[in-house]
Amino acid sequence: MSSNFKAIVIGTSTGGLSALPAVLSPLMEDFPLTILIVQHLSAHSDDFMVRHLRKFCDLEVLGAEDKMDTRAGCIYIAPPNYHLMVEEEGTLALSISPPVHFSRPSIDVLFETAADAWQEQLIGIILTGANSDGTSGVKKIKERGGHVLVQDIATAEAETMPASASEFADMILPLDQIGNYLNNLVQNKTS
Amino acid sequence: MVIRPMINDDTVKNNRIEIDLVLEGIYQCYGYDFRNYAHAHIKRRLDHRLSLSRMDNYLEMLHRIIHNEEFFNELLLDLSINVTEMFRDPEFYKSVRESLIPYLQTYPFLKVWHAGCSAGQEVYSMAILMHEEKIIDKTQIYATDFNELILSKAREGIYPVELMKQYTKNYQTAGGKASFAGYYRADYDHVLINQSLKEKILFTYHNLVTDGVFGEMNVIFCRNVLIYFNQELQNRVLKLFYESLIPGGFLCLGSKESLKFSECSPLFEPVSLSQKIYRKKR
Ligand SMILES: C[S@@+](CC[C@H](N)C(=O)[O-])C[C@H]1O[C@@H](n2cnc3c(N)ncnc32)[C@H](O)[C@@H]1O
Repeated sequence: MSSNFKAIVIGTSTGGLSALPAVLSPLMEDFPLTILIVQHLSAHSDDFMVRHLRKFCDLEVLGAEDKMDTRAGCIYIAPPNYHLMVEEEGTLALSISPPVHFSRPSIDVLFETAADAWQEQLIGIILTGANSDGTSGVKKIKERGGHVLVQDIATAEAETMPASASEFADMILPLDQIGNYLNNLVQNKTS
Repeated sequence: MVIRPMINDDTVKNNRIEIDLVLEGIYQCYGYDFRNYAHAHIKRRLDHRLSLSRMDNYLEMLHRIIHNEEFFNELLLDLSINVTEMFRDPEFYKSVRESLIPYLQTYPFLKVWHAGCSAGQEVYSMAILMHEEKIIDKTQIYATDFNELILSKAREGIYPVELMKQYTKNYQTAGGKASFAGYYRADYDHVLINQSLKEKILFTYHNLVTDGVFGEMNVIFCRNVLIYFNQELQNRVLKLFYESLIPGGFLCLGSKESLKFSECSPLFEPVSLSQKIYRKKR
């Protein structure tokens, strides 16, 4: 396992509105990785997720925009009705290509492009959700040498997504332990 | 299931080399220049076609592209995402009514360009809006795309009837002033846009990467096209728009596109930052 992570991608659908704060709020103030999030939402919702998560985080939360640079310690949320992708240089790109697993944004699209961009420096996390979007994504993260974390289904509001992804998990954790696990992971990085 | 990382750490780099060769081949062979499109987008579309046509790698695909024009045409459709809607992003149309139309009403005649118009939905939406705001009679609309197939659909203006529910909702949210159903004729499974709306529109081929200035425009709409380009190509195309606009002309981008990260941003001033409406500086 790499000891030098740069970025985290997180995917969730049903139940994500409460699961995401549980993961993000324990993160330390100077958390050093870039975090990208896909939460399935209705195509017609606004920047609600950005405002919602700001209430729970010490870290900066931004709506992802096309050609935006990614910074360490910053959280980027995929906008409703667009796919979010990462270019190999680490800049963000959006697209309105057709939905994947009936979803736009799709977790697979973010995870697969992030896997190419950050390779073994990437952590992929699948939380509660009611379809199997994200499974090909974590498979790709494994292929590129990254680290995969899946929420324990016993703590998930909807099981399908974590159950389907768990085949590729390096680590399965209950919801309330994920944030601290990430803190420890990045603090131990030089040891 | 245990997946080991590939022994060859250069997979990503090597993929990139192969993909660049594919794009070079397409350019040499057919003149379509995708070399400065956003790489992540191109890779996903190629991967999609790769798995559908059960090929093993990009070079196999390149061979097929060069030797089989039909296959290339299929791929062209993959690469030019044509997803569109009538009154997509209703808030944007509202903002056009409020912040753009008052300016446009002051001109004796207007030239409007929809660049990357896809199957025409955006063009007809704007024509409806301009009709309702009583400026359509003094307006010439140019609608261009680099995909001939999609252009012929745009000219026809025939859309599946099941889309009308969403379009109607968008129209109403966008501040529509009449009955949306008055703008088309419905057959049992499709609708046909009114001839009167079409008369003001010239649909024609134009490739933003390889073709030149389209002159003296009052307004350019280019929505959800620039996201498929890399920063360098975005800059080039934004300069093309700058040169195609009259001083004080308007440029409207997609909701998630902006000039913020572009070197062209000093050339324009914002009219609505949230709806991505800009004005060429005088
Ligand atoms: C996603 S659609 C956008 C349609 C519409 N403007 C909207 O926002 O709903 C993108 C369109 O850009 C066109 N396009 C892509 N590259 C182009 C180029 N180099 N020159 C002209 N059109 C291009 C595609 O064919 C496609 O129809």
